[in-house]
Amino acid sequence: MSAVLADMPETVAPATTKAIAPSKGGRPWTFYVLATLFSLYVIALYGPMFCIYILSFQDIRGGLVFPMKGHSLHWFVDLFTQVRTGDVKGSFDRSIKLAVIVTVITVVVSFLAGLGFRKRFRGDTVVFYMMIGSLVAPGLVLGLGTGLLFQALGLNASWYTSALGAQLSWTLPFGVLVMFAVMSRFNHVWEEAAYDLGASRWQSIRLVMIPVLAPGLVAVALFGFTLSYDEFARSLQTAGSLNTLPLEIWSMTLNVTSPSLYALGTVTTIVSFVVIGASLGSIVLIQKKRSSSAKG
Amino acid sequence: MQPSQTPPRANLAGWLYVSPLVLVLVPFFVAPILVVLAASFFATDGFGGLTPGFTLASYVEVLHSALTLKLYLATIKFTVLTWIFTLIIGFFVAYFLVFHVRNQLLAIGLFLLCTVPFWTSNIIRMISWIPLLGKEGLINQALLGLGVIRQPLEVLLFSDLAVVIAYVHQLTIFMIVPIFNSMARIDKKLIEAAIDAGASRFDIMRLIVVPMSKSGIALGTIFVVSIVMGDFFVVKVMSGGGSASVVSAFYEDVGVLQYPNAAASAVLLTLVLVAIVSLILRTVDIRQEITR
Repeated sequence: MSAVLADMPETVAPATTKAIAPSKGGRPWTFYVLATLFSLYVIALYGPMFCIYILSFQDIRGGLVFPMKGHSLHWFVDLFTQVRTGDVKGSFDRSIKLAVIVTVITVVVSFLAGLGFRKRFRGDTVVFYMMIGSLVAPGLVLGLGTGLLFQALGLNASWYTSALGAQLSWTLPFGVLVMFAVMSRFNHVWEEAAYDLGASRWQSIRLVMIPVLAPGLVAVALFGFTLSYDEFARSLQTAGSLNTLPLEIWSMTLNVTSPSLYALGTVTTIVSFVVIGASLGSIVLIQKKRSSSAKG
Repeated sequence: MQPSQTPPRANLAGWLYVSPLVLVLVPFFVAPILVVLAASFFATDGFGGLTPGFTLASYVEVLHSALTLKLYLATIKFTVLTWIFTLIIGFFVAYFLVFHVRNQLLAIGLFLLCTVPFWTSNIIRMISWIPLLGKEGLINQALLGLGVIRQPLEVLLFSDLAVVIAYVHQLTIFMIVPIFNSMARIDKKLIEAAIDAGASRFDIMRLIVVPMSKSGIALGTIFVVSIVMGDFFVVKVMSGGGSASVVSAFYEDVGVLQYPNAAASAVLLTLVLVAIVSLILRTVDIRQEITR
């Protein structure tokens, strides 16, 4: 699923010269039908999310449905000060830290695996299907297995050990699949040239591959961070006694019926949007810099 | 190149590069699956204690219970409905972006617009349907206001309908991306040639676009089917406890410490999932598909 996401920005550069659709002739009637379908899809995709962002800004009389009852930041304050909504601040801290650790590991491990999978080697198919298995296995079942394993080994389950591993079993397959797409666009001639000029293997990775593949690596990081930050099923049985943010939200959906639930949704989505914006922005920036230095 | 012809040095280098990946997947994917498999053969004292041993009692119990059949039927119902809707919407959204949007930058922008919610919280996107579908939600308010209905519809939220809506909302992106990917690689000259040869637009769709998007459809199907079959929280929250699936029953079993039964049902589910995924994989070489 990740292939296009990773090379999207790569295709930005020659975009203006070649349009996908035939550019001559009038619009057939199907265009209008499909344009309507597309618009409805986008509205259905974003509409509900915006409803809860709006509803989270109600005042103290606010409920779970429209109409809006006043507007204030009451439920945001409530979220971080009230005990009955749980330890939102602590779980927020843990989730961010965990997501950063997962991101770093995902980028490094996926990059190395991407290098490894460029050439066939004995047993590569086994590793590949192990990865696909890890991707499609039911998260809750894997989480329970990990929890039981830790129990059997006499280890304590916690967010930075068992939950970290359980999340990596989810983020790494995505990361490696993105690397597959990125690597398939990498021109091996550049690497060969580096060797011919006397570069060591490490030098060619550091000075040639990493700079060339930088946009792809940012995409891997985006997957690593957001998938970890929102991961739920695999963390449920592995996080130990301290909750991560999605677990906190899950327990709130079961017992909190005030707009503070929506306020938490708004806060966590803002974090996601900032991360997505920063990643996509930096990919575009790298591409722009490249195309301008190529011209100049 | 055949792996058997690979020189030993290449084998070693390959394994060195993927070793960190293997070092994560073995303890956190292979080992947990083996633990669950082992637990399914253990006996239990009913209080969460496991007695190592080998008994098929849990399998007998799971396979004999009428509940199992009901859970699988419910799971299959949700899976098939979600698959149909995500496939139809995903296919036509991808088709629109690839074949109808003429400016490629705009197509990429619209594509990203579709993908952004994928990187946000699924739970939040799920509960965001409450203000719309609830008894006093926007849809009921609108229908009441228009005089279409006299009583608010109660089937909108906390029902099977709400479960399917939430699945389609979350998973259509998994269809759009791979189908978009395979459609974008269809050579436009092929379509022009078909037009010149007198093909109708329906023929083009039937004979060129659909067959050449097959691999994307297969990939999307793997994602949608495995996620719906492995899900429990959408079923639990959006059905309001009224419906259950195989994994949500698993979750309840774990909650009351019925580990062997839960494990046996998980093993059965995994076998079903493996069978479905390998059937799909027979139609498409996923690795070649991704690297192409």
